[in-house]
Amino acid sequence: MRSSARAPSTGLALRLGKAGLAVNALGIFAFLYVPILILIVFSFNDTRTVARMTGLSLQWYEKLFVNRELLAAARNSLTIALTSTLVATVMGTLTALGMDRFRFRLRKTFDTVLYLPIVIPEIVMGISLLLFFNLAFFPVIKLISGASLSLGLWTILIGHIAFNIPFVYVIVRARLVGFDRTLEEAARDLGADEWRTFWRVTFPLLLPGILGGALMAFTLSLDDFLVTVFTAGTASPTMPLYIYSLVRRGVTPEINALSTVLLLASMGLIVLSLAAQRRE
Amino acid sequence: MSGSENRSRRGPLLVLPAAAWLVVFFVLPLVLVLVISFVERGRAGGVRTPLVPTLAYYIRLFDPLYIGIFLKSVRIALLVTAVCVLTGYPLGVFIGRAPARLRSSLMMLVMIPFWTNFLVRTYAMKQLLAAEGGVNGLLLGIGLIREPLSLIFNEFSVVLGLVYGYLPFAVLPMYASIEKFDLSLMEAASDLGANLRRAFLRIMLPLTLPGVVAAVVLVFVPVVGAFITPDIMGGGKVEMIGTLINRQFGVARNWPFGSAMSLALMLMVVVGVIYYFRTADEGVRPL
Repeated sequence: MRSSARAPSTGLALRLGKAGLAVNALGIFAFLYVPILILIVFSFNDTRTVARMTGLSLQWYEKLFVNRELLAAARNSLTIALTSTLVATVMGTLTALGMDRFRFRLRKTFDTVLYLPIVIPEIVMGISLLLFFNLAFFPVIKLISGASLSLGLWTILIGHIAFNIPFVYVIVRARLVGFDRTLEEAARDLGADEWRTFWRVTFPLLLPGILGGALMAFTLSLDDFLVTVFTAGTASPTMPLYIYSLVRRGVTPEINALSTVLLLASMGLIVLSLAAQRRE
Repeated sequence: MSGSENRSRRGPLLVLPAAAWLVVFFVLPLVLVLVISFVERGRAGGVRTPLVPTLAYYIRLFDPLYIGIFLKSVRIALLVTAVCVLTGYPLGVFIGRAPARLRSSLMMLVMIPFWTNFLVRTYAMKQLLAAEGGVNGLLLGIGLIREPLSLIFNEFSVVLGLVYGYLPFAVLPMYASIEKFDLSLMEAASDLGANLRRAFLRIMLPLTLPGVVAAVVLVFVPVVGAFITPDIMGGGKVEMIGTLINRQFGVARNWPFGSAMSLALMLMVVVGVIYYFRTADEGVRPL
């Protein structure tokens, strides 16, 4: 019969396929993790090389904690990430609710605008803000109030809020798609007013989405380089700008140590995100 | 009734803060890029005042030098996308077939690089390939070579760095599709006499295509306009659109030309994404 004649060769192909999948997976995980493991190992080197281990030491970590420039950069990054996350999460969540539950003019247009920042290349967003602040915003402010403004942490913050709003929006909106609105109706029938229904029913159900969006925004803001570099001016840098200046200069165990610390920090964020997902 | 009137105003009110923010700090800046690309540059950056309209920067885009850089960026982005999809898809299948208990740990291994600072990961690759880096150290140490090899600052190291950076972006959406796919359908096809290749092409691939489309977009879009990787792994020797645009706003101080270039990049990406979604849709429809 046709099928039984086929069976042995299919069986072999299947086994080969399975082995191939395993080899591919192993190769990819090695590719992803070997550079990171080597990075961590050399952060403990006792000389200024990342080519040979010459001995163990913690000196590069000690240097990090007395590096004022680095600590200032870390503080800037955290301030901007926390503030932009807070603002973008509130705005993005309100927008998701408004877009999901109401029909109004220009709704379709705005929906497109909301997706654009996710799609367009980040460098374009960076240079557009540079042009906007220098050639439109600052001159207009000067004309109106006479104040001369310049790029700084606050312009970075404005840019970060702008690119974070769409990400929060998309994540919260996805959560609203599967939302069971009869729960809200039940609360209203039981006498809760709109405000109470929102805080007691809608908000708790949306919370995993809101937390997921906030975490995404926080990570994007902490990691952002391109929008930041064009809106920073001569202000003291954020963490990515500081790392960039180090990495361009060369490779040293001190960058390895800093990278290891940041790796640990992002692992912390992953644990947080998993905890947020568990709530679902 | 005033109640329903109230309700109809609530939608716009809820979206107003975000809409205002994005119009002022996203849409207006983009419009400004468009305007600036059509006026003459100023001597020390900025634009010449009063504004002088010109098409010179768009004409200059067609200079073979810049056409070449655009084509090279597209070629690199296509190559990186292909490598990420062709290795990421089987990884998605492997994780999707793994025992349920293992699956979340394996996905975690994909997620960790995803959440890790991009510069840190690019540096991880750089410290490995640099002249004074890990690979050369190892090869010198075991006596295989006497002089360090130049592994970095070429197109290969840029492609490697980009694949390293964007592979997780390809795996995540493809895995999401593959996980939903019912693998017993493959057995059914095989029972009905289809060989593996045919069953894959006719059943599994079409049903997991949305994930593949998302992966292509998520990799191609950032890679074609990438700046960090070509800058750090290319060391100024590998020019891509992103590094070229960056130079116009740095040393070259030619904001209008940089704006024209940015618009060309944006147009290419947006048109490409729309076209790709269209064709992908058609690919799914016959089923």
